[in-house]
Amino acid sequence: MKRDANAARQETLLWIAQRASAAVLAVCVLVHLATLIYAVRGGLSAAEILARTHGSTLWLGFYSLFVLAVAVHAPIGLRTVLAEWIGWRGTWRDAFLLGFAMLIAGMGLRAVTAVFA
Amino acid sequence: MDWRARNQAGYWAFLVHRVSGIALALFLPLHFWALGQALEGEARLESFLRWSEQPLVKASEWTIVLLLAAHLAGGLRVLALEFLPWRDWHKGLAALAAAVSIAVGLAFALAL
Repeated sequence: MKRDANAARQETLLWIAQRASAAVLAVCVLVHLATLIYAVRGGLSAAEILARTHGSTLWLGFYSLFVLAVAVHAPIGLRTVLAEWIGWRGTWRDAFLLGFAMLIAGMGLRAVTAVFA
Repeated sequence: MDWRARNQAGYWAFLVHRVSGIALALFLPLHFWALGQALEGEARLESFLRWSEQPLVKASEWTIVLLLAAHLAGGLRVLALEFLPWRDWHKGLAALAAAVSIAVGLAFALAL
């Protein structure tokens, strides 16, 4: 019984995390889409991109938040897909998704550092 | 889900949201790896950007931007359905989601 209550609590927390991260991402994605449509006009060059981005604390903070929100949102979404479409549930699935979350966060923050720091 | 429901706009909105989400999750590590090239210097990033000018890569970029816009629009639809008293509008929201993603995709395509 206690185990069921814990499982239900975990599902509720994941649902809240998914919706809260979605709300953050809605703003981040709108800004990201607007920025990239603006940035790619006339082609992209590494020098042009990095000259604009390096040392920008505001964008560093924005994209760090973006990456962390994605690292929460994507694995929780995949958790539902794996359960509903291939029937994969349980501890191993959640361990795999925790690894995926850490991979996304690690690679994402590395990319943010490379472009904005 | 009942097969009869599959003809409804809501089912298509659900399917597009799910498939675009899976595609974006798979794309993210590649995207971050590509941007991380800048850590190895401007020349490394530049050579990656030149490689990305191939038509097939351009088409893939356009597709992923379209999927991102579709996932955003579909996600806003889900949030609206769950948190706002708009249940009678769900077909309209599905259509709006499609329109927003097509508009963003076209804007990106024209900017390329």
